[in-house]
Amino acid sequence: MMNCLEATKLISESQERSLSVPEKVTLKMHVLMCSGCKNFSLQVPFLGKAMRAYAQWEGDAGPEATKKQ
Amino acid sequence: MMDAFSVDGIDLDASDASILSDTAFLNDLRRQMVKFATLQLSNSHLAEDAVQEALIGALKNAKSFAGRAALKTWVFAILRNKIADVLRQKQRMVEASSLLREDEESEDFSELFDKKGFWQGDEKPATWGNPQDALHQNQFWKVFEICLERLPGNQARVFMMKEFVELDAAEICAAVGITTTNLNVMLHRSRLRLRECLENTWFQKGKHA
Repeated sequence: MMNCLEATKLISESQERSLSVPEKVTLKMHVLMCSGCKNFSLQVPFLGKAMRAYAQWEGDAGPEATKKQ
Repeated sequence: MMDAFSVDGIDLDASDASILSDTAFLNDLRRQMVKFATLQLSNSHLAEDAVQEALIGALKNAKSFAGRAALKTWVFAILRNKIADVLRQKQRMVEASSLLREDEESEDFSELFDKKGFWQGDEKPATWGNPQDALHQNQFWKVFEICLERLPGNQARVFMMKEFVELDAAEICAAVGITTTNLNVMLHRSRLRLRECLENTWFQKGKHA
């Protein structure tokens, strides 16, 4: 069975390329049983989203600065 | 270094004054841009040029900006495009070498994973609830910035190339002179580190409402 190190690698790579069907299947099976990797798989896309939103953060201007996401 | 805000040929009339007279904001903006561009291009001259061009381009249109957030977004969008252009053109000005060595397999994962490759008990990613909410909180961005700065330089660089400059994997590999495998390793590590830092310093610190 796939371990968490391998699972997180595939989750990371899924941001750069489409995974193959066998990769998707083994990953899915792992994630169903592993809450840590499940959480990781939700966090990775968020990291990208936050990075893209980063430039819109305006420093000390208060919350208005980031309202328009 | 030249003063970015007294650029020849740009008329700054009174209606611009609110943003453009805010020297502290402009200096801070410029500082952030130079830092970002220098990390991306690993060449301070190219970085200064890119920042200068982005500022000139943006300030020509300064009148149309409703506020500082809009100006910053716009300036960074221009800068990002300039950096992407430079990186696409300069293919391999960087020697394939320097980047990788320090990052190669030496890093060990035993803090995060046990010998069989499963999460160590206290390292298992926790649930973050609705992380989107954090994007609206000023304090979160300070934490995010600190976590980015804690990444090893090369990891931060390729992570930002991918997620901020929005180059694709092939373009990054060409610009930096690394293989796809190297890139995947670096991005994997940067994501593991970044999420760990955010979790420890933000998402597990209780509520931030």
